[in-house]
Amino acid sequence: MIDVLIVGGGGAGLRAAIAVAECDPTLEVAVVSKVYPMRSHTVSAEGGAAGVIGVDDTLDEHCYDTISGGDWLCDQDAVEMFIAEAPKELIQLEHWGCPWSREPDGRVAVRPFGGMKKERTWYAADKTGFHLLHTLFQTTLKYGEIKRYDEWYVTRLIVDDGRVYGAVAVDIRTGRIETIPARSVILATGGCGKIFPFTTNAAIKTGDGMALAYRAGAPLKDMEFVQYHPTGLPFTGILITEAARAEGGWLINKDGYRYLQDYDLGTPTPTPKLRSMELGPRDRLSQAFVHEQHRGRTVETPYGPVVYLDLRHLGEARIDARIPFVRELCRSYQNLDPATDLIPVRPVVHYMMGGIHTDLDGATPIAGLYAAGETACVSINGANRLGSNSLPEILVFGRRAGVAAAEFARSHRQAEAPAVQAQGRDEERRLTHLRGDGKKGERIADLREEMQHTLEGAAGIYRTGDVLAKAVDSLAELRQRASEARLDDSSTAFNTELLNWLELGCMLDIAETVVACALNRTESRGAHQRTDFEQRDDAGFLAHSLVHRAPDGSPSVGLLPVTITRWPPGERVYGR
Amino acid sequence: MTDTAETIRQQAAARTIRLEVARYRPEQDGEPVFQSYDVPLMDDWAVLDGLNYVKDRLDGTLSFRWSCRMGICGSCGMNVNGEPRLTCGTFFTEYGDGPIRIEPLKGFPVIRDLVVDIDDFLVKLQHVQPWLIREGEELPLTAEYAQTPEQLEAYKQYSMCINCLLCYSACPVYVLDPDFLGPAAIALAQRYNLDSRDQGDRFDLLNLDEAVWGCTFVGECTRACPKHVDPAEAIQRYKLTAAIRSILPWSRR
Repeated sequence: MIDVLIVGGGGAGLRAAIAVAECDPTLEVAVVSKVYPMRSHTVSAEGGAAGVIGVDDTLDEHCYDTISGGDWLCDQDAVEMFIAEAPKELIQLEHWGCPWSREPDGRVAVRPFGGMKKERTWYAADKTGFHLLHTLFQTTLKYGEIKRYDEWYVTRLIVDDGRVYGAVAVDIRTGRIETIPARSVILATGGCGKIFPFTTNAAIKTGDGMALAYRAGAPLKDMEFVQYHPTGLPFTGILITEAARAEGGWLINKDGYRYLQDYDLGTPTPTPKLRSMELGPRDRLSQAFVHEQHRGRTVETPYGPVVYLDLRHLGEARIDARIPFVRELCRSYQNLDPATDLIPVRPVVHYMMGGIHTDLDGATPIAGLYAAGETACVSINGANRLGSNSLPEILVFGRRAGVAAAEFARSHRQAEAPAVQAQGRDEERRLTHLRGDGKKGERIADLREEMQHTLEGAAGIYRTGDVLAKAVDSLAELRQRASEARLDDSSTAFNTELLNWLELGCMLDIAETVVACALNRTESRGAHQRTDFEQRDDAGFLAHSLVHRAPDGSPSVGLLPVTITRWPPGERVYGR
Repeated sequence: MTDTAETIRQQAAARTIRLEVARYRPEQDGEPVFQSYDVPLMDDWAVLDGLNYVKDRLDGTLSFRWSCRMGICGSCGMNVNGEPRLTCGTFFTEYGDGPIRIEPLKGFPVIRDLVVDIDDFLVKLQHVQPWLIREGEELPLTAEYAQTPEQLEAYKQYSMCINCLLCYSACPVYVLDPDFLGPAAIALAQRYNLDSRDQGDRFDLLNLDEAVWGCTFVGECTRACPKHVDPAEAIQRYKLTAAIRSILPWSRR
């Protein structure tokens, strides 16, 4: 019997695992992950992690930046708690060995970041997520009590009478299906960027945890808020970190003009100015790109329109010292050198502000079920996350969920419910019948691409009611077709085709909630921009979207008020 | 990637390149067999793009690992024309008209097709105690341990290991002796040994015939490393440390 079962081995999951082990070494804690933990997508985070540390900085200023950046959709009690705990978590990572970049006197260095009024973003060059993940993973190895299920895929949560009792998972290597009873479960599976065709997200980001919770009856929150990062490489979608602009990079259009000055983001200065121009928030920068495109001021390429990120004036030495990975990525994947060449970039789906509805301890409405990180929505990110808030988020809420789940496990020691084995057997039957079932339907990849293009067309940077309504129907039809998809692989050994099909099912569920929430929100706020409702509507929508799965499988959307403590809704002001 | 653009380009691309892919399905293959697939020869495609084309369009039964496709997650290491490579960063343009032979990383048991069993590395990694070891009271969570940029530089290179295991696949010692601790694990031990904040002692773990002394200094690991970690240097440096320590037992590093 596992006390705390953690689904997902990225930053949030590993931080939670350490928290459980430190809370009570007698607890059985297990991390089940569909990839080896050090392969998790936290590894790709580049720019940094925000935490107030400077003598001229205050917690309130970080709160205000986050809340205004989120267009007042953040829960302010959550933001205040998060921002107060973030520096401690970053120091904890330092104590565990994270190689943070340093000032000459040995203190941790900080850099500017988009939407932040003070320099407070800690960084490990531009491989912050990589170092953070490996530090966490290597630190978990110190705790012998943390059991791992590497390359196991959870297909279902076992829930009975409003409480979670464990999960069913497939050992990808052998195909063995196992019921894992657990007293509490933490979902930490990250985001769902792969529901879109063009994303910085890794192949594994298929919204599995969100779908598991949603199917088990837990609501998802704010799913219409999808972040486009303004600077992705055009073919691959590889992220060029915001740190490139924090270090002084410029965004220019086809005429070499710093076009952000035309979109109420400030006036150009030679060196970066905080909360201004290239250091504006990501939603506003990505929206500005669309307007540039409509004005014919972007550059056409075989992979769509682009603008340029200009780092040439920074010089080779600064690029190598501060953003070496940017140079490495450009050279390897774009065949150019940012020290001498312009980098073509376009907005790319990067982050899901929405996720599983939780409280400040990561608790969902299902007893014993917790969620943390990108898969959860507390919410601290509101309608638009600020760059460098997500890494501290996985640490702060990973730890909190770990502590809360450990506490739950300790106080709920009764024997397992009869439902556990019955539900486990049901799931085993379902999965066994799926593998290489000989059906000759459509290919998984074709269905996946159709879903991705449906989402891009309906729930991209700008949205409109008619198109969203059509997407509801398209996705329902796709779900039907996906249930009859072609599965050729009958092997039990490392059957990635079955895995891809299960992931597609998760993505379709998540895609439906994104579209349903976007259709329901008839206003424009942060990353959700409706061309048919262009204004923010605080009277109607200063509220979270809360989406449940109806008995017929369709999403049912309601609203939940936002918690406001000290910062009443106001205008988002950048560059003036 | 954008699929519409991809479609247009594929129509424009009349040329194809042949991938000769090692298949191993434990239920049906006694030993690995090669299967050939022709995929579009696109000048900006990596070998991984070709494999995904096979998986998505030609043969759903092919299994391989991949995730970030930006050279940082370490999943997609394979043997490409005899060399251990990250397939996301290995481009068709290197191989002319082909064919390209793709096999699982050498030196590891094959689970299925291009997927190898790397659990042995995970055991070895844990064995070298790859975490910061401190003696005495920890600092409170209000202050960091000071570390100058020079002190950071002393171990930074070894902290860049992505655990892709190309170095093990390239290592002539590991291929013959699976007990050899191997390049990445030793480099990661050195990552902590050389960290000014670390007070641990890994001498007994490293000063062994199956650890640093097993290395014959061929340097293949360093040549294979896609992240310029230079594990060969890490091993040679520790040999020196261990030798000095054998003469001067009170010296730590």
